[in-house]
Amino acid sequence: MRPLLRFLAIAAVVVYSLLPFLWFVLASWKSPAQLTAIPPEIVPAFHWGFYRSAVTTYGLLAYIRNSAIVAGATTAVSIAIGALAAYALTRFRSTWLRFYLVVLLCVSMFPQIAVAGPVWRILDALGWLNSYPGIVIAYISFSLPLAIWILATFFKELPYEIEEAALIDGCTRPQALKRIVLPLAAPGIFTAAILVFIYAWNEFFFALIILTSPALQTLPVGIALFPGEYTMPWGELAAASTIATLPLIALTLFFQRRIVRGLSAGAVKG
Amino acid sequence: MKRSERAALWFVLPSVFLVGLFSIYPILESARLSFYRMILMLPWLGDKYVGLENYRDLATDPVALDSLAVTLVFVGASAALEVLVGLGMALLLNESFRCRGLARAAVLVPWAIPTVVSSQMWRYIFNDRYGLFNFLLFGRATERYLAPLADARLAPAAIIFADVWKTSSFAALIILAGLQTIPDELYEAADVDGATAWQKFRRVTLPLVKPALLLALLFRTIDSFKVFDLVFVMTQGGPADATNVLQFYGYKKIFAEGMIGYGSAIAVGVFCFSLVLSFLYIRLIGASVLEKGAAR
Repeated sequence: MRPLLRFLAIAAVVVYSLLPFLWFVLASWKSPAQLTAIPPEIVPAFHWGFYRSAVTTYGLLAYIRNSAIVAGATTAVSIAIGALAAYALTRFRSTWLRFYLVVLLCVSMFPQIAVAGPVWRILDALGWLNSYPGIVIAYISFSLPLAIWILATFFKELPYEIEEAALIDGCTRPQALKRIVLPLAAPGIFTAAILVFIYAWNEFFFALIILTSPALQTLPVGIALFPGEYTMPWGELAAASTIATLPLIALTLFFQRRIVRGLSAGAVKG
Repeated sequence: MKRSERAALWFVLPSVFLVGLFSIYPILESARLSFYRMILMLPWLGDKYVGLENYRDLATDPVALDSLAVTLVFVGASAALEVLVGLGMALLLNESFRCRGLARAAVLVPWAIPTVVSSQMWRYIFNDRYGLFNFLLFGRATERYLAPLADARLAPAAIIFADVWKTSSFAALIILAGLQTIPDELYEAADVDGATAWQKFRRVTLPLVKPALLLALLFRTIDSFKVFDLVFVMTQGGPADATNVLQFYGYKKIFAEGMIGYGSAIAVGVFCFSLVLSFLYIRLIGASVLEKGAAR
């Protein structure tokens, strides 16, 4: 391809990918009059008022706190439970384990509505609706197939010889997992953790049905249910959206290679 | 059970318990509930076993049939477009140039943005009075401005567009992985034979990347079948049910109207569709997955 043509095509793809969101970020810095101006004003007035009122009027900090707790706890527990399962799936040979792998694959493709009603009823029976444990345990269950698949992909690539030697020397399986597999697979674990965190941070459907009390809602629910039927408070909404997205964009920019690898482990191979 | 199997059991048990309780059991329970008439707002009616009545109602419910059509159009259009756009992106990102890592990260940004955020973003851009969309189309001629999300013909297109923007990069990643497996020697040989760029694409790239394309298509089909966030934020299924996709309709029936039995029948219907797609997916990649998944 001719260099100039290629450069233009790549520039077009990058602009297409970034411009719409950049437009929304700019909106968060505009003055109220600029927001609805026709023709649109591109350069914002760098007015920070919308961030302030997003925090003071719309309780943005509480949503951030809820999202951080829910996504953080989901990630930690999913990776711990997922690592155990992935270890067994890559180190033991059994028809049942293979069947389990296929079940996990199917489960990860279920539409949420197929399980939503009964999940709501289970959490209701436990008294866990509108609570961190309720949403976190639901998220853990749904992110496990993803975590197990990615971790299994990484575990498989580790040399088995070191572990075998340790087992022969009298090391137990849990010790082998803790002392040998986990340290060696740290990059893979980190990748799986990033992807589970992004999943839990962005999840909306279950957060919507499980967290009905505004004090416990996560950022996606807060942003989706932003008050204002007829005149939307676009400035505050854009400010909240920017804050909700910033950590994810930072993760993507820093860990692009890992994410790509993890996604292809989770998608192409499972 | 062999000794090693018993050992493995302890490792997988916690995950089996959670997946069983929150995924497998709920599916079976949804199936059971779909044979009952249960209305949350009318608890005095009790839970009455009605056999296949919910499914009979579903098959004659014009809103449900319309919802199925809306979903199929959405899935077909968005999955196909995503694979096309993804192929274009993958071909570009497979070239070697400076800052390729940055370009790849930039393309991934829409994927990382929460769907709820990108949905609000598109609502702002599609606004009927001051949206960028209208300004780009009509400039200052505000009298010609459209309200895409309030127009039954434009709203489905707007939602498809928003989905394509957000998820093409995912398709691109899968296709890119396929492109990277094509050996350079084939292109060199084609160069020796004097092939044009188009011939190289048509005769070398396309046939060899076909499995990855199919995989991306299937993966996007399965995923776009689950569309919910976009519809919830952008249109609430409207205008006039023009974007009332199945997953949103099921949500409305169960959680807004409390029609547990009928909603469960919708849920089971959606589940069956996605199960068929999952089987296709496993058939497509299954053999290799099982090989690789097997222990040493």
